[in-house]
Amino acid sequence: MKITLDADKCCAAGQCVLIAPEVFDQRDEDGVVVLLDAEPAADQHAAVREAAAICPAAVIEVHE
Amino acid sequence: MSARPIAVVGASAAGLAAAEALRRSGWHGPLTLIGDEDQLPYDRPPLSKQLLHGTWEPDRLLLRTRDQLDPLGLDLRLGTRATGLDAATRTLTLDGGVGVPPLEQGRERGRLECAGVIVATGVAARTLPGADGLAGVHTLRTLDDALALRAGLADPARRLVIVGNGVLGCEAAAVARELGHDVTLVGRDPVPMAGAVGTEVGELLAEEHRARGVRLVTGAVDGFTVAEDGAPARVGGVRLADGSLLPADVVLLAIGSTPAVDWLADPALDTSDGLRCDAYCAAAPGIYAAGDVARWDHPVHGRPVRFEHRMNATEQGMAAARNLLAELAAEGAHDPGDTPPERRPFAPVPYFWSDQYALKIQAYGLTAGADRVETTLLDRDERRTVALYGRGDSAVGVLAAGIPPRQIRALRAVVATPVPWDEARERVAAATAAS
Repeated sequence: MKITLDADKCCAAGQCVLIAPEVFDQRDEDGVVVLLDAEPAADQHAAVREAAAICPAAVIEVHE
Repeated sequence: MSARPIAVVGASAAGLAAAEALRRSGWHGPLTLIGDEDQLPYDRPPLSKQLLHGTWEPDRLLLRTRDQLDPLGLDLRLGTRATGLDAATRTLTLDGGVGVPPLEQGRERGRLECAGVIVATGVAARTLPGADGLAGVHTLRTLDDALALRAGLADPARRLVIVGNGVLGCEAAAVARELGHDVTLVGRDPVPMAGAVGTEVGELLAEEHRARGVRLVTGAVDGFTVAEDGAPARVGGVRLADGSLLPADVVLLAIGSTPAVDWLADPALDTSDGLRCDAYCAAAPGIYAAGDVARWDHPVHGRPVRFEHRMNATEQGMAAARNLLAELAAEGAHDPGDTPPERRPFAPVPYFWSDQYALKIQAYGLTAGADRVETTLLDRDERRTVALYGRGDSAVGVLAAGIPPRQIRALRAVVATPVPWDEARERVAAATAAS
């Protein structure tokens, strides 16, 4: 699994961080998403798919 | 495995999320996604922000590209309107558009017998008498609406009157001021966004809009006047009930919306203020709803709620999809596979945000309809604020403006379920102490 972000679209909802805190974080100043791990281990995949699906700005793209 | 499709009616955020969740959860049968607009599914929050501002073009709003949609194997019917649903037989009637099946033996044109249906038809913008056919008067719900309004504001220094001072009206006012237009914001309530966030936060927003040069007017609209430049049927102003006249080149009606349920005439369905659902987002056996159109029993808040919030659209789309599949598996109409074994009540922590100028407002839980609000102003000039919303003795919502993201996540935890008011106050104070 490989993750790419279109961070300019991010609305700083922070939902991805709640769902997959080992993969996503937020910038301190504006809350925009930060990718901690672009190729997460298999045990993170389900959470990452959930985070990508739930993101209210369609920022997270998952390539499998 | 059923040969009948699952049909998702409504091809916006909720409908798309439902379709994707159906596939992720193991629905390998036919899947029909029906949208009444011609466009591929696109996102609406940027319509009143980046699209109106001109920083984004329509392509940027697509929720998924063609390449991302292809693996879903959708029977995607755009420009197609659902005109009826027989809940007992799970049969849809469809009108127009591409892909409506041709006459087949034993199959009436435009009828779709489904294994299950997810209703995600959203809401339609409200309008006012006299607005129809009057050039220069806009609503803002669809991409076409937003492009038309943007075109109306293409010339510099237009006089824009926005009727309605809720979230949408305030966001559009901010963009129009940034573009240099002359903006008047008219509301029945003197305080902008008061219905959504309460009076004190609304007053703070009013200060920000005034500081940016927006004229705030209180009043009810009585009608429109026509431009005197000889152009027939072009708006020239907005007339208020007190007789005053607000001259306008462009008018935006941002007076709320109506759930798109007119097509649901089946008496088995309750369509008063949206499609009424149980805690599982089910309106009837095999019939689910999600997004702006759905009014469901929130199990934590103990009363029916309906949210026109972007986050709710995706979350509820996913929940409705999983619950429908669990029901179909129990009926034997679906191989359970990866499907969750049983239905789960849909109990999200509601979330909404609004961007106005450089100000980002974020709220969790229920902020509308509170009977008590405590607002703490951390920095007036920067509008840094936190507000707690309560009903009875419980805190049920929290709002933050200009607060760092980590602290906002801590605030979310405070209202994930209703907590005693005093305990919530202490936790909010602790979470924002460093701001």
